[in-house]
Amino acid sequence: MTAAAPPGAAGAPAEAALVAALLALDPAGLGGVALRGPPGPARDRWLALLRRLLPGDAPWRRMPPGVGDGRLLGGLDLPGTLRAGRKVAERGLLAEADGGVLLLSMAERLPAAAALRLAAALDTGAVRVERDGLALCHPARLGLVALDEGLEEERPPAALLDRLAFHLLLDDVPHDEAVPASLRAARARLRRLLPPSPAIIEALCATAAALGIASLRTPLLALRAAQAAAALAGRRAVAGADAALAARLVLAPRATRLPAPEEADAAEAPPPEAGPEAAAGAPGEAEAHPLPDIVLAAARAALPPELLARLAAAAPVAGATAGGEGRKGPARQAARRGRPVGTRAGDPRAGFRLSLVETLRAAAPWQRLRHAGGAGQRIAVRREDFRILRLRRPAETTAVFVVDASGSAALHRLAEAKGAAELLLAACYARRDRVALISFRGTGAELLLPPTRSLVRARRCLAALPGGGGTPLAAALEAARALATTERRQGRTPLLVLMTDGRANISREGRAAGRAQAEADALASGRALRREGCAGAVLVVDMAPRPLPFARELAEALGAPHLPLPAAGPAALSAAVQQAAARLAGHGATA
Amino acid sequence: MTGAANGAVNGAAAPPRRRAAVPRAAARAAREAVLQETAPGRRTPYPFSAIVGQEEMRLALLAAAVDPGIGGVLVFGDRGTGKSTAVRALAALLPPMQAVRGCRYACDPADRALCEDCRRRRARGALPGHSLPVPVIDLPLGATEDRVVGTLDLERALTAGVKAFEPGLLARAHRGFLYIDEVNLLEDHLVDLLLDVAASGENLVERDGISIRHPARFVLIGSGNPEEGELRPQLLDRFGLSVEIRTPEGLADRVEVIRRRDAFEREPEGFAALWAEEEAATRQRIAAARSRVGRMATPVAVLEAAARLCLALGTDGLRGELTLVRAARAVACLEDAAAVTEAHLRRVAPAALRHRLRRNPLDEAASTTRVERAMAEVWGA
Repeated sequence: MTAAAPPGAAGAPAEAALVAALLALDPAGLGGVALRGPPGPARDRWLALLRRLLPGDAPWRRMPPGVGDGRLLGGLDLPGTLRAGRKVAERGLLAEADGGVLLLSMAERLPAAAALRLAAALDTGAVRVERDGLALCHPARLGLVALDEGLEEERPPAALLDRLAFHLLLDDVPHDEAVPASLRAARARLRRLLPPSPAIIEALCATAAALGIASLRTPLLALRAAQAAAALAGRRAVAGADAALAARLVLAPRATRLPAPEEADAAEAPPPEAGPEAAAGAPGEAEAHPLPDIVLAAARAALPPELLARLAAAAPVAGATAGGEGRKGPARQAARRGRPVGTRAGDPRAGFRLSLVETLRAAAPWQRLRHAGGAGQRIAVRREDFRILRLRRPAETTAVFVVDASGSAALHRLAEAKGAAELLLAACYARRDRVALISFRGTGAELLLPPTRSLVRARRCLAALPGGGGTPLAAALEAARALATTERRQGRTPLLVLMTDGRANISREGRAAGRAQAEADALASGRALRREGCAGAVLVVDMAPRPLPFARELAEALGAPHLPLPAAGPAALSAAVQQAAARLAGHGATA
Repeated sequence: MTGAANGAVNGAAAPPRRRAAVPRAAARAAREAVLQETAPGRRTPYPFSAIVGQEEMRLALLAAAVDPGIGGVLVFGDRGTGKSTAVRALAALLPPMQAVRGCRYACDPADRALCEDCRRRRARGALPGHSLPVPVIDLPLGATEDRVVGTLDLERALTAGVKAFEPGLLARAHRGFLYIDEVNLLEDHLVDLLLDVAASGENLVERDGISIRHPARFVLIGSGNPEEGELRPQLLDRFGLSVEIRTPEGLADRVEVIRRRDAFEREPEGFAALWAEEEAATRQRIAAARSRVGRMATPVAVLEAAARLCLALGTDGLRGELTLVRAARAVACLEDAAAVTEAHLRRVAPAALRHRLRRNPLDEAASTTRVERAMAEVWGA
């Protein structure tokens, strides 16, 4: 794992086992777990533990990345339909996993659309299908295990994380000694648990608020975790220790701010190793301190250690290391990507996807006629009935502004870039474009605005932009390259807009190394960027009052047009970017 | 769901009909779930009256229930604030409606805009009516276009060789509500389609060799989280009211939300019974307000006040003014006031206007602030 540990860290091996036990007690109520860590023995052992703890007949399904709606939600069972001569439905993965667990591989790359389908199922405990001429509703009360193998900034979609009780960072093989072999008794106890006392609910809500957790789903999930913990510990009602455990496991990994220190004394917290049995102390232990304090102290003790650093940085720093060595090259699956926008008659053999339902529909009216010759009872589908899916690749682009924030002109340039970013978002959100902003100054580059199409978010991120310092052009290009690679992996076309005056003076390593070295580094980074296939997708906006030849040289190295715009206002800038985007889209559209 | 013509049979439990056509294999029979509609979560919905806070959203939904002409509600806000819960809870509050017996579109017997079947039947005599619950139809994510607009009935085409139309969600939502969760992430081609139907009040189907039109007038209710993406401006304008919803700040409110939610999940029926009285009272209020809304007096001074505010804000077109007045009237009816007053306008102005302001990316002020500022300037504090 990289050092840039993400939010989500309940680390200790005993806790990992505890999470598995709680989740196995009430998968649907808790929503599930985001399990962050590389594939390996630790993860396999954890999954095996969870599976062992679930009831024997609970379904265990795996959802592959890129699964289609038909398989996920359910749809028409074609062989069955053809055999029976009437519509036969097929359940999807969500309905199949009802009462059990759905495993989600590579959750960090889950598209937003799929995440929302999962979220809808988690919210309603059912999956509604309105597809292929079918209207169905199946129960889908399931727990989700989102396997998150993301590096650095890659995270599963927020809409999904919000609904999963546990965010677990798995870096060690779980210790399952503390977990009972069978949860049957605990499961029965959970069903008969007494209602929680108001003090418990208040403690969880107050702790969530103190940690800056806005969503109301979180305290609710924490309450369910506390209930499961009480059942696991053999109690008839939720006790303070259960709430403290829930705060550690559910609330702490989501903290967005540090609780006000007050009489902060981390020693008050229950020892982090406290298993359910150890923590089984009577509610009497809470007498010395009011419950909210105890719960908050528990959460505070479990705060991920790097939280402070992360909060101080406010915005994640783009990995300035070469980002190109990913598991998968910048593979671009042209014709197979995209969303269906309809069908047309055609031959499916040319690599197009056959739309079976539409094909059947086209064939249906002719069946009488075709059977007139008395040719059996089977459905006669002829070549002219074939309907193929028309896919439109979402011509999504991500405009990445790489803005020189060095020196005296910084504030001005940043304001222009910010204005242009907002104008772009306002103008092209119909086209579903995204905007990102990297600023570079001093000794390195920083991702100020991760790719977004939300004006709200953009405004929030761009509110305060620091400026001044050296010009680390090479580092900026490396950061841009890393971001471009991520974007391309997710099927979007990055468009880099480099706004600089070209006065590079910081080397790639971030040292003030003299102009010649800095320029050589920048050119090398530029050429690397070009080799990665970004040619034609870069725009160099020269903002110097008197353009230097180096900027032009850099543009050539990048294979990019050089646009001297010493006083480009936001409007002119966004117009130039839109032109470039249109050119890109011209290359990108497919059948 | 409620308005479905075909009988509701639970897919898992009921054996397939015409079993003889399917040879053996019980395992397969289990998989071949019958295609009738199963009751989607026939679970007790969370009571509308039990929602904590969120006054603006509740008022907007009630106003839309009183006067469908307001044109729908958009609920935009933070994650986990109970947007969907509120909309789904609304269904239980709507007074039943009269519909033509046997009509697949649930036409109103008293209405002139009927479907073709009903028009033919009326030519032959009076239309028999019966009482139906108002449909609140969910447009689930991943719905395909054929299910939204309706299409060729595949089964009848295959078995009988008949070209028959199978109505879609738009037909089911006729005279009721169409709810789209995560509306900002709806596929573009579905958005275009919805806009077209919402504007014309009629669904025109030209596909699979079918050519049919049927009335489809519904109140569009959308919800979403702005952090996931913006809504297309064309769709934004289509909603009469737009509500911004935030997580409750106060600890007491938050505790109350969790307490009620836990009580509800623990024992849905018991919890609903606790709130039954309040629910009935709200239902009464809606029914009474509906009967009043046609007669509610709207003084010229109020119309002028609305016009002055819209002028000051520079909203596009007249829709803003119309919605503002209609929503204020609905609120006045809900409160059993004698006439619409400026106070009613004040309560609904942010919801009616905040999404109609010209976007100015360089103006930092949130649109709600702009509306409030204008109200203070035009009408005085």
